[in-house]
Amino acid sequence: MAANKFTGAMRRLRAVAIKEVRQLSRDRVTFGMIVGVPLMQIILFGYAINYDVRNLATVVQDDANSSMSREFVAQLKATQVVHVRYTTHSSDELARLMREGRASMAVVIPKDFERRLQGDTRPVVQILVDGSQPQLAVVAGGIASMPLLTRHGEGPYSGGKRMAPRRIEIRTLYNPEKRTAVQIVPALIGVILTMTMVLFTSGAIVRERERGNLELLIATPLSSLELMVGKLLPYVAIGLIQTTIILIVGAWLFSVPVVGRLVDLYAAALVFIAATLGLGLFVSTLAQTQFQAFQLAFLTLLPSILLSGFMFPFEGMPEAAQWIAQLLPLTHFNVIIRGIMLRGADLPEVWLQLLKLAGFLTFMMLVAVARFKKRLD
Amino acid sequence: MNVAVNGTAITARQLTRKFGNKVAVDHIDLDIPSGRIYGFLGPNGSGKSTTLRMLCGMLLPSDGHAEVFGLSVVKDAEAIRRRLGYMPQRFSLWEDLTTDENLHFIAELYGLEGDVEERIAQQRATYDLDDLRTQRAGTMSGGQRQRLALAAATLHSPELLLLDEPTSAVDPQSRRDFWERLFQLAEAGATILVSTHYMDEAERCHGLAIIAEGRVVAEGTPRDLMAGVEANVYEIEGADGSEAPRLVRELPWVHGVTQLGIRLRVLADRNVKDAEVQLRALLKQHAIDAQVELTDASLEDVFVVATRREKRGS
Repeated sequence: MAANKFTGAMRRLRAVAIKEVRQLSRDRVTFGMIVGVPLMQIILFGYAINYDVRNLATVVQDDANSSMSREFVAQLKATQVVHVRYTTHSSDELARLMREGRASMAVVIPKDFERRLQGDTRPVVQILVDGSQPQLAVVAGGIASMPLLTRHGEGPYSGGKRMAPRRIEIRTLYNPEKRTAVQIVPALIGVILTMTMVLFTSGAIVRERERGNLELLIATPLSSLELMVGKLLPYVAIGLIQTTIILIVGAWLFSVPVVGRLVDLYAAALVFIAATLGLGLFVSTLAQTQFQAFQLAFLTLLPSILLSGFMFPFEGMPEAAQWIAQLLPLTHFNVIIRGIMLRGADLPEVWLQLLKLAGFLTFMMLVAVARFKKRLD
Repeated sequence: MNVAVNGTAITARQLTRKFGNKVAVDHIDLDIPSGRIYGFLGPNGSGKSTTLRMLCGMLLPSDGHAEVFGLSVVKDAEAIRRRLGYMPQRFSLWEDLTTDENLHFIAELYGLEGDVEERIAQQRATYDLDDLRTQRAGTMSGGQRQRLALAAATLHSPELLLLDEPTSAVDPQSRRDFWERLFQLAEAGATILVSTHYMDEAERCHGLAIIAEGRVVAEGTPRDLMAGVEANVYEIEGADGSEAPRLVRELPWVHGVTQLGIRLRVLADRNVKDAEVQLRALLKQHAIDAQVELTDASLEDVFVVATRREKRGS
């Protein structure tokens, strides 16, 4: 009897999943989105989001015009951060170029450049940065700490003779070239899965309600749990397909490595997909129409992108934002996926995050099923 | 009719459903015999759909109780669902699936035993769906969809069939065919509960409950209901274009006046014995040359009288 019950439940589950796949394969727009969304996102994010700043349009006002000042400018150029577009001797023109946005940075070398270098306490060089653009101030700070500008006898130009500069060595672990794509692509897996999974599932249940199918389903022996799990199963497969697309394109276009084991990566992705589907399911029980479901899905998407550590470092956020971020599955997945892909972590090393994801999934499923039962009334 | 032999499929006592302050179904009692076609006749919003939904366990009663096959619609909803077929008012199969796909899906949900293909082929033949096997439901006509919906609802050979205004989107010929099939199902032993607002459909039911504002206002076989109507029906012929409808309507003992072509149908209080004489006198007084004649009550007359009485009572 118990076995009969189980096979009956499995039959219904399978039937729902098959039906869902059939409907999905006939919905060309949605079907296209399964492949199109990850492709578009990875190319967009991979190329557009670029934290490493290079070839910054710069204007140089060299009032000293000495061999030493020219050498300084040459050194600046050598960093590749600076691209000297304009040279001028007028402060007005410099200000105009900055205002018009034609230069993002200005370097002003004063007439008494050499005297200042030799023990004067006044700043040697002034660097003006367009603060309206993100990241640039950080870059300027980097330039300011360049060895040739250090004062008090330690710079290369102190005392008129060249000394070996005391260089500060900065090493970047796990992403030695500091390529943004390496940081972005792993996290992008989570972002894209959040986007598509929540959108698809939240729409999926609401669609049945909107089209009147739910009324018929309720009158059949199908249980709420069977309906929900059956509807989610195809999306689990879709999520894994999307993960694969991102990994392949990431490796091919942006040379993003997978240092850890692929099995671990897919296992983690599976847990995350399930958690996200749970969220989508919960959204679907809140919404009455597909339009509402989409709005709600976007409502969950925005904090996921902003607070999960995908765009901004988690540590730098205010405490309240960190608390909210703790509730988002993407935050934990970002830790897991960066660990596995870039640092070569094993699953046991990210057990805490996995546990949080599993807890999130359980909670969402319980709430969704409970709410769904209520809604029949 | 041997109703007693057949037994009772559905009983309801003081069954009530409220939505907030609105009482959709107001303490109704039902005894619906098995193996018969039983109709709910009532206007839109009278509580027919809500009653059907409570009977298949989709909505919980706010008060009272109901049993289907002796099982409680609250506690044993799951057990009832396996023996019941439900056809919602709105087409509820999947429009992007074909006939066969829809039927297979429903077959799986009910866990159909034995040769599922054979059973589906049978249903296709019965409901004239063989030409529509690979057609998606979304592209079908109203009549085709309705045949598919009935095929799906009867696929697991339910003992009880609940049909919520099944013919509202269907042409007259399809309606006739549909009713033929209902009679075949009833002959095969199924109990059918069908809600409708069409008088001609209601008249074809074995038993009938007239529902208005959430209450059963009259119940019985259509024939008994028509015979027992608490009104005499008079037809006035040849008064068209005159003031007659207004004049007659103003009489205190007239329940209603309906114009049918050149005839006026007057529902008069049964206790007014000289109604015919009074009507003639009234017409003569206004120099309207028309015939007045006593005639048989129709189901519509029953409906008008029953719903009027309900309104006055409340």
